[in-house]
Amino acid sequence: MLRIRKFEEEGTRLYKEGQIPGAYHASIGQEGAIVGACMALRDDDYITGTHRSHGHPIGKGAKLDGLMAELMGKVTGICKGRGGSMHLADSSVGILGESAIVGGGIPLAAGAALSAKARGTDQVGLTFFGDGASNQGTFHETLNMASIWKLPVIFFCENNRYAVTTSAASSHGQPEIWKRAQGYGIPGHTVDGQRVLAVYEVTQSAVDRARRGEGPTLIEAKTYRFDEHQVGLSTHGEPYRSSEEVRNYVRNHDPLRLFKPELLKSGVTESEIQAMEEEAGEAVARAIEFAQQSPLPEPGDVYQYMYVNPINYPPLHRGALT
Amino acid sequence: MSETQAKPATTRMSFIEAAVQAQIEEMERDERVILLGEDLDIYGDGKVLQRFGSRRAWNTPISENSFCGMAVGAAMTGMRPIVNLSIASFMYLACDQIINQASKLHFMTGGQMKVPVVFRGALYYNSSIAAQHSDRCYPMFMNAPGLKIIAPTSPKDMKGLLKSAIRDDDPVVMFEDSTLWTLKEELPTDPDFLVPIGKAEVKHPGTDVTIVAIAGCMKPALLAAKALQEDGISVEVVDPRTLVPLDRETIICSVAKTGRLIVIDNAHRTCNCAAEIAAVVAEEAFESLKKPIIRLSTPDVHIPFSPVLEKPLYPSKDAIITTVRKLL
Repeated sequence: MLRIRKFEEEGTRLYKEGQIPGAYHASIGQEGAIVGACMALRDDDYITGTHRSHGHPIGKGAKLDGLMAELMGKVTGICKGRGGSMHLADSSVGILGESAIVGGGIPLAAGAALSAKARGTDQVGLTFFGDGASNQGTFHETLNMASIWKLPVIFFCENNRYAVTTSAASSHGQPEIWKRAQGYGIPGHTVDGQRVLAVYEVTQSAVDRARRGEGPTLIEAKTYRFDEHQVGLSTHGEPYRSSEEVRNYVRNHDPLRLFKPELLKSGVTESEIQAMEEEAGEAVARAIEFAQQSPLPEPGDVYQYMYVNPINYPPLHRGALT
Repeated sequence: MSETQAKPATTRMSFIEAAVQAQIEEMERDERVILLGEDLDIYGDGKVLQRFGSRRAWNTPISENSFCGMAVGAAMTGMRPIVNLSIASFMYLACDQIINQASKLHFMTGGQMKVPVVFRGALYYNSSIAAQHSDRCYPMFMNAPGLKIIAPTSPKDMKGLLKSAIRDDDPVVMFEDSTLWTLKEELPTDPDFLVPIGKAEVKHPGTDVTIVAIAGCMKPALLAAKALQEDGISVEVVDPRTLVPLDRETIICSVAKTGRLIVIDNAHRTCNCAAEIAAVVAEEAFESLKKPIIRLSTPDVHIPFSPVLEKPLYPSKDAIITTVRKLL
């Protein structure tokens, strides 16, 4: 959680400074949901995620260097500068990819679960998606298929209350998203997404169930993004959420602050926590340094990674630009 | 082993039987190959379902976008799925997963992910089923780089190309022209018989005019070539077989020989496969051309239900013959 927080704070700064191109969607405020879910998974389990894509790989154990270099569009980036901020994937720790098309990653994780089942392994797939994605067809279609085939997949909804600026209350016929599980004959649970251990417990029981071959589970973690949908986004007219609401979440529902007393209670000392905070800061600083010093990709290499097995590609033609 | 006991080198099969046979052989060869699709039993894949059971052949609910996405997820994690979408127009429902996921994930992950999946769809037209089922929609997918697109026109090519597609590590979309379903020919029984992706074939050699015919257009093109031959006109009929990546060399070499090009394509005229081939030849082989390139295509109109309205929309043997004569 500390690593995600620090990574996002520094990433936001670098984005504002122009060192990171494109768009920047920070996960600050949602660390408890992300990390609690990932703690229940093994390295060889699969996840898919969303356009808010930095937290999931960090939670799943990806190395920060390749992530930060990717955000800067460097050739050392985890996706070689082809994916960028919304699409961080790291196959070495089971991150199949983050889909910037809302709901796009849901069937991919179920497909990975189908694959595990067909191959006879006990791996599971977990897909992170937002409250907005639960209105996509892929959510409903995939829950249904996972149910009939008892696939080892966990549908993990990070309900941060707003799909960009549209509230779940105004866009969901059934705003209690976990209750939608009932329509597909699978268990649904809701959990306070700001409490990392509670998230871990509910996810672990869903993972255990999936590994036992009993099928999928829908989990709705109620969470909140502290920052704007994306850095620098300006909205017009009436604000879609009040500053009091944001302040309340930042003050009273910060997953890091809520976890600290639990750590202390379990015997971890203040100085150990401080050391962890410093370690996270140093890891992010090292990642930034690595990214800044890394070379940019060669424009002439743009065709690389289009095909595993390129045939007649790229074609030579008289109007070729590169 | 006596000759009578030996497995014959060829067997006679229809276009659609060849597709089923290719899948069975590949599923026997490689247990990572699985099949997903709706109503497998009625679309010719019932044999596959019976033989391999429900852990290899997944009969899906009507959820095209998501079962295509599940095939992509399975492909990324070690399987080699074939998705039978039955009618190609149903691919519209699955475009996000085919275009935005399957075609892009190898690239967007910097080569980390492989997506060895085959999407099959029948071009089901000229059968009075009206506009929503009848699209010949391959041009739309040709504009999505990252996909390989095949359109076999004979049982032999069906078997060999589909097997190549299943063995390929990239996503392949196969368009199966239903007007060719009943075509029969002898084809090799060798389980390793493959037709390479990206390689065109001259289906009828000639010297006066080059006809490039896409998918079901091969049938009237060959009939026209044979009829014209009797009148001493020598037509070369080229079958691209693979639409992406196009075998430009074979087409350009043929035009270099004949100096005349007609491209026949049952897809709607605007930005169709014929448009791409015409542009390639105009750009790369303009010097070879003795006459302007002609495209024979379905006009930009929705496919009507009434047969009397539908039939004239597709390039016929007679239209091809008339066009060839005009070019000479």
